[in-house]
Amino acid sequence: MKKLLVALSMCAVSANVMAAGRDAINVVGSSTVFPFSTVVAERFGKSTDFKTPKIESTGTGGGMKLFCAGTGVNTPDMSNASRRMKKTEFEMCQKNGVTSITEVLVGYDGIVISNSKEASQMSVTRKELYLALAKEVPAKDGSESLIPNPYKTWKDVSPALPANKIEVLGPPPTSGTRDAFVELVMESGCNSFGWIKAMKKKDKNKYKAICHSVREDQAYIETGENDNLIVQKLSSNPKALGIFGFSFLDQNSDKLQGSKVDGKEPTFEAIADGSYPVSRPLYFYVKNAHVGQVPGIKEFLDEFTSNASMGDEGYLTDKGLIPLNKDKREKVRADVLALKPLQL
Amino acid sequence: MSDSTQKVINSLKKRHRKEKVFRAAGATAIGFGFLLVFLLITDIITKATPAFKQNWIAIEVDFQPDLLGIDGLDLTRLPKGDYRTVLRSAIFEMMPEVSGRRDKRSLFGLISSSAEFEIRNHLVANPADLGKKVTVWVKVDDDVDSYLKDDVVVGEPGIRISEKQATWIKKWVDSELIESRWNSEFFSLGDSREPESAGVKGALTGTFYTMLVTLVLSFPLGVAAALYLEEFAPKNRWTDFIEVNINNLAAVPSIVFGLLGLAVIINIFGLPRSTPLVGGIVLTLMTLPTIIIASRASIKAVPPSIREAAMGLGASRMQVAFSHVLPLAMPGIITGTIIGMAQALGETAPLLMIGMVAFIVDVPGGITDPATVMPVQIYLWADSPERAFVAKTSAAILVLLGFLLIMNSFAAFMRKKFEKRW
Repeated sequence: MKKLLVALSMCAVSANVMAAGRDAINVVGSSTVFPFSTVVAERFGKSTDFKTPKIESTGTGGGMKLFCAGTGVNTPDMSNASRRMKKTEFEMCQKNGVTSITEVLVGYDGIVISNSKEASQMSVTRKELYLALAKEVPAKDGSESLIPNPYKTWKDVSPALPANKIEVLGPPPTSGTRDAFVELVMESGCNSFGWIKAMKKKDKNKYKAICHSVREDQAYIETGENDNLIVQKLSSNPKALGIFGFSFLDQNSDKLQGSKVDGKEPTFEAIADGSYPVSRPLYFYVKNAHVGQVPGIKEFLDEFTSNASMGDEGYLTDKGLIPLNKDKREKVRADVLALKPLQL
Repeated sequence: MSDSTQKVINSLKKRHRKEKVFRAAGATAIGFGFLLVFLLITDIITKATPAFKQNWIAIEVDFQPDLLGIDGLDLTRLPKGDYRTVLRSAIFEMMPEVSGRRDKRSLFGLISSSAEFEIRNHLVANPADLGKKVTVWVKVDDDVDSYLKDDVVVGEPGIRISEKQATWIKKWVDSELIESRWNSEFFSLGDSREPESAGVKGALTGTFYTMLVTLVLSFPLGVAAALYLEEFAPKNRWTDFIEVNINNLAAVPSIVFGLLGLAVIINIFGLPRSTPLVGGIVLTLMTLPTIIIASRASIKAVPPSIREAAMGLGASRMQVAFSHVLPLAMPGIITGTIIGMAQALGETAPLLMIGMVAFIVDVPGGITDPATVMPVQIYLWADSPERAFVAKTSAAILVLLGFLLIMNSFAAFMRKKFEKRW
């Protein structure tokens, strides 16, 4: 037994020694930023003498947990996020000794509600989407009470919409896309009812329960994190709608079309200038303490924020990223290269 | 004739019919199973076929030192040149009729983004070409590749090529600049975000190392445990307790082992994340119960007469176990091991927790390099938005099936070798 313990601890020690010599950047975090981050990593690995960074897709929240666990080569150097770092996460980082963090705003991603090109294009408002998808909706008689969602077809929601059954394929609650959809669409739809909006100040938990709960009957179908699956299902069922990131619509623009939301079509330009209402920023966070310890971090940041990648015609836009405007981009780049610590 | 004989004769027809029905049902079940497997395999193979071919294009590249931005004399600067500019000017020279920023951009988009690295590698391998004009073959973009393979018309749904781009491609095809080749890079490159440069070598090597660690750890441990429990251990409450626990372990969902791996192996022992070493240890935990249970069953099946005969001739218990029981039980033990390994080969859930579900480009060189495994690679490709990854996914499934087939035939071979009759 003693021998076994000695052998085990030897193993652990030697592994620690090996880990101390980590020569590739480790990135964790959002599955939405993953496709962009991997492209930069691959080009970085090919065009420099540094090793190709390793990128894990853990989801935004999971990534933050790993990122904020502490400093040292056994923790990741960067974390991707499809929303801004939360105050609680920032505090957790501070508590664990990750005191200096650089924030990089990469660009934007639109969330689209789309259907097969074989069907006609939908035009919905956020209020209609809320009414179609919420678990409980305000009663039709205008009184300030909630009833279980009675709507079966889109026509029930609004006479202008087609008489198709409500059938929406979307991400599960663990997904960042779902978080953003709930926040940008459901909440805004919710707020169009004055008495619910007023509740936000009085009873935040109840407000959240009303606005953030998606119906659980067959109208909203959780399709897992695999956006490709949604694309396949949409092309075989023209009556269904799907919710996913703009990059998937962009890659499958021959089969699918985006629905107009509040009268705006989800185009590259409309998302970039912010007129399309359902878009969110994409970030990644860098542990400043690792700069200089793990080789290549500065150079990687330089590559990521360069015009060739994040710019208007950079290779990330080919992958569906909506770039920042020029002034903002230059400011982000300057801040990032100076490793300006994040303040929340 | 007695009454009961009459009864038997009367029921004969009925009993025969029952047997016939049962036989027919069995045959149908097998036929149905075969049909499903056949459909699955044909579907995968048809989907995978395009992935084994890749279209290349010949480009006349002018390696001008001033265009590259490097001094003609200093060869160490060669890899650092501006190959993008050189590639752009080579392509625009090839198609002088294309003008305007937008058109030029969409023309350049027809070439794989790995092309600049391909011409760099060419020059680094042949430094004598500096200052000369040479023909270099580079890959076309995945959209062009799909377009050429699928034999479709522009404007139809399903195409990401504009009419203008189609005329340029047609010109290339007519002047025989484009060539479809066997995609050997699929087996020699690591992962990539560009479908045309994505290969399975990284995942295959990772799978090999992970399986190696699993086998080296779980086989001796499993067999030793089974042998001890069957041949040496006293039968008491403790061994009963252990037996129940081993049986329960076999039914534990695999993700739980991943959590254990994260908490103990990575966080307490500090082994490096995302490596085949950690992956192998976690999968060992998963395969151990399977191996132990199968080994115990096959050790139990060795007739006691063999043990008694050996003991009668004066062999010690140790000699009986290792020279007589173990060799005879070996075929069964190998079968159990292969079932356990095949399970481990298809696992992704426990690997998620220990960071092996990751984008890793470099092919791992050992068990402590970051690596991923085949099922994870298949999952990551299935999740990528680019259309060409659909074919790659199916091709990777075929490779995984091939790996499994090789592993199983090796086991079958070993089993035949160890098989002894008594």
